[in-house]
Amino acid sequence: MLKQTEGSHAVAEAVALCRPEVVCAYPISPQTHIVEGLGEMVKAGTLRNCEFINVESEFAAMSVAIGASAAGARTYTATASQGLLFMGEAVYNAAGLGLPIVMTDANRAIGAPINIWNDHSDSMSMRDSGWIQLFAETNQEALDLHILAFRLAEELSLPVMVCMDGFILTHAYEQVDVPTAAQVDAFLPPYEPRQVLDPRAPVSIGAMVGPEAFTEVRYLAHAKQLQALERIPALAQEFRGIFGRDSGGLVHAYRTADADTIVVAMGSVLGTIKDVVDELREAGVAIGALGICSFRPFPLAAIRDTLKGARRVVVIEKSLAVGLGGIVSTDVRMALSGLHLHGYTVIAGLGGRPILKTSLHALLERARTDQLEHVTFLDLNWDVVNRVLEREKTTRRSGSIAESILRDIGAVASNVG
Amino acid sequence: MFQVRIHGRGGQGVVTGAEMLSVAAFLGGKHAQAVPSFGSERTGAPVVAFCRIDDREIRLREPVMQPDALLIQDPTLLHQVDVFQGLGRDGYILINTNRGFEALGLGEFVKDFHPERLCTVPATDLALKHVGRPVPNVPLLGGFAAISRVITLEAVVAAIKERFAGKVADGNIAAATAAYNTVVREMEEAAHA
Repeated sequence: MLKQTEGSHAVAEAVALCRPEVVCAYPISPQTHIVEGLGEMVKAGTLRNCEFINVESEFAAMSVAIGASAAGARTYTATASQGLLFMGEAVYNAAGLGLPIVMTDANRAIGAPINIWNDHSDSMSMRDSGWIQLFAETNQEALDLHILAFRLAEELSLPVMVCMDGFILTHAYEQVDVPTAAQVDAFLPPYEPRQVLDPRAPVSIGAMVGPEAFTEVRYLAHAKQLQALERIPALAQEFRGIFGRDSGGLVHAYRTADADTIVVAMGSVLGTIKDVVDELREAGVAIGALGICSFRPFPLAAIRDTLKGARRVVVIEKSLAVGLGGIVSTDVRMALSGLHLHGYTVIAGLGGRPILKTSLHALLERARTDQLEHVTFLDLNWDVVNRVLEREKTTRRSGSIAESILRDIGAVASNVG
Repeated sequence: MFQVRIHGRGGQGVVTGAEMLSVAAFLGGKHAQAVPSFGSERTGAPVVAFCRIDDREIRLREPVMQPDALLIQDPTLLHQVDVFQGLGRDGYILINTNRGFEALGLGEFVKDFHPERLCTVPATDLALKHVGRPVPNVPLLGGFAAISRVITLEAVVAAIKERFAGKVADGNIAAATAAYNTVVREMEEAAHA
């Protein structure tokens, strides 16, 4: 049914349609509305056979999820930012134990300085944890990816993180098509665990593995992700058969067939990028966009296949590998190994800075004439940066950078309001 | 695409107003996107929310930089925030106040605007009268329906019923309808002036 609703609410409805048996979560912006919505459904009795567990921290949230999933329950949680970091150890364990937990990460920056707004730093910090990571472009895709995530997770016995841009998607009201329970049931069979903790047939899970076999266990984690590379497109196709729309898959190519310049990105910024691509196409520019939906596993072959005909590739990412440049762009370059084309890294949208069409037009103009730096920080205020660098050069006790910058730009952190 | 920016203060239902506007547009068969601009979420602090309305899917995710219409829920913001940023002379302005544009000191600023696109409506008074609380967001949507014709009053009423129940819904419907009628009257006066 088509409805106009908040992204978080749409995701809560999708998760409920997947019939989770345990939902455990600790509130943190911007994911809170999702688990609040699920909590309300459990309380109202509209989501049956589901236990909603209030936990005392994110570390507890993931630990409870591990226990519930190991006991054979379909398990869901959600987090963001510092919450994801706090549960970090358990995040790795969930993957290492092969437990098909589904978790929403409402993408948000990581401090310090504290910042509640959107970027992709949080999920990037867990990119090597062994979780599958899928990025949603719209609220419709966020809704759909949760249904796909449970199916994929349980088939492979691997946890899946659905990443959706905090605030930009979670708090946006837009139109979504909420499927029927019958459609979801047709796509997602009841959970049949590969391993289960059962007091009637006691086993242990979580053995210590020494050097004699640790590499093999890790290789199998890698091999499972490679299996996911095969399953993700197949499931997207099956999804289309039942739900009648394209969602998920490894990558989404947009007007790339004859493009000299291809912009690569993940998440909601692709909408703005597509509008810019259309405007440039109208002006006769051969440009396209490539959205990466599956960041882990990373679809090297699909990306190479789309980008190999281009003359230049501009990766616009909401994350920063401090001391290197880009994270997504480093992976994209691996996909382009041996190809002769210009590669540009653009760091954009950090800590919620809006990515504007005007900025993208100016950026892509410089890219098309190959005047772009290797690594560019979109809309970076050099005056602010240089003032801090100058101060540090001349003053030993120059103070905290964050507070100094706020003073420079006229809003002092300690007395906002 | 028609882009609306709503300015108000924390506690005035700015975000709810944008969300309900998007619901009203959706119920009218349009695509709509409502997004809050999150800052410090405190009662009384300036708050901005956006709503885009179009006949096709809305992909753009930037803040509304060049609004077609401004809904100003609190006239004291005029002295604090550059609420008119990006607004063209074809734009619509609806301000929650008992006073007129001249009395607000905006006469010079709006002299090249279309007069029938400029309205003030005492939305807080209407909310106090019909809802019993000083929340001007819903009556302003009624006023917006009248001034812009982008949504209908019926769609606003349907959006109110989707959001609220019982007395609160009835009060908001009465307030929105009263604001709608006020704006229709003002526009007729402007047309004959």
